[in-house]
Amino acid sequence: MITKRIIPCLDVKDGRVVKGVNFLGLQDVSSPVKLAEYYSKCGADELVFYDITASAEGRALFTDILREVASKVFIPLTVGGGINTVDDFARVLNCGADKVSVNSGAIRNPALIPAAAKRYGSQCVVISADVKRVDGDFRVFAKGGREDTGLEAVSWIKCCVDSGAGEVVLNSIDTDGVKGGFDLEMLEAVCDAVSVPVIASGGAGCIDDFVQLFKALPRVDAGLAASIFHFGEVEIHTLKQVLRDNDITVRL
Amino acid sequence: MITIIDYGVGNLFSLAHSLKSVGAEASVTGDAGEILRADHVILPGVGAFGDAAAKLRATGLDGVVKDAAARGTPIMGICLGMQLLLEKSYEFGEHEGLGLIPGEVRPIAEVIPADYKIPHIGWNALEIVRPHPIFKDVRPGDCVYFVHSFYGANCGPALLATAEYGAHLTAAVGRGNVVGCQFHPEKSGDVGLKILKAFCEWEGTT
Repeated sequence: MITKRIIPCLDVKDGRVVKGVNFLGLQDVSSPVKLAEYYSKCGADELVFYDITASAEGRALFTDILREVASKVFIPLTVGGGINTVDDFARVLNCGADKVSVNSGAIRNPALIPAAAKRYGSQCVVISADVKRVDGDFRVFAKGGREDTGLEAVSWIKCCVDSGAGEVVLNSIDTDGVKGGFDLEMLEAVCDAVSVPVIASGGAGCIDDFVQLFKALPRVDAGLAASIFHFGEVEIHTLKQVLRDNDITVRL
Repeated sequence: MITIIDYGVGNLFSLAHSLKSVGAEASVTGDAGEILRADHVILPGVGAFGDAAAKLRATGLDGVVKDAAARGTPIMGICLGMQLLLEKSYEFGEHEGLGLIPGEVRPIAEVIPADYKIPHIGWNALEIVRPHPIFKDVRPGDCVYFVHSFYGANCGPALLATAEYGAHLTAAVGRGNVVGCQFHPEKSGDVGLKILKAFCEWEGTT
């Protein structure tokens, strides 16, 4: 049986992890390499790195860091942030990334996903969508959730999958940061529309939110979160034990 | 010395580093002489079978792999590299494989229920069908990482392990000094590293 995946997400700026990270026993909590090793040891099934760097120098630091992580951590790595061209795919894949997630780049340039899927295969292309309810519609937002693109989210995500994206990360802006649980309604709408793996993001506040996610929507493949893992509010190994106790298949 | 065959398909960064992390000396090369002198050979691969098989033939490395196999060098194919070891593939047409292991490559859609997602992507438990030295440190229930839409069918007695995904999909095959893993040991955490280490220690006999 394929297992449900638990994925911590790390925001990296100029080679360091941003957003406070508060672990016991970790001396350098802003080192992406140390954190990646820590999460890998705790049972994370995959790691996502978002490069939120603005400058070219910072971007070079990011690829150095990625290379170092990929030479020490042997689980799948997904990289997102600043991916606008097929050359950006090449840049991070050559540093050891396994998948590349696109967001604003795919909104600006609809040819990006088919071009990348043709060169690297669909399994390599992840569409990451920031979605928010506007007047009863699910709307795609760009630029880190700041700009309403006017695009209807479900049809846009389906279009991305039809043109070659092999996986969907659905970030609900409505539930993000609220810690009241994943956005089951939005996730269900996307699961109904696509047949590729869907990763839930935004809203996890406690272990039970993951149990509810996989119980209510068995078609969701993975749960992604950032701060609850970084702050040690949810420990991945414990989370997976509880999921298993609830008859949800996980890798332990 | 472990040699990873470089024939212009896929990203060998993680594979080379995972071998280093288990203490193996690994080189990435497309040089026939170096491949034939290697103690162990790994045939990697991602992408489409037809393209990869064509590249392997264009570089003459198909013959080199067969020669290395004939000399008794332990060889491991990974993912598409495993599929290339089989006799033929039906991925977008019909293509000839290396024929080092019986079997053919067919779409998983032919055997899994319609409501299962394709590709088969993620961590799944290895079910060992026939014990093999490369699995000596694998325990029941251990999971490995898969990403594939096609699988090895009709491998007969060469079938070593399967993974349950609405059907028992071929996870590993082996005959003599040649083995293949459909999953990515270099992305399968500690379990994958144990399999790579066991391969590095294997002398090609079963």
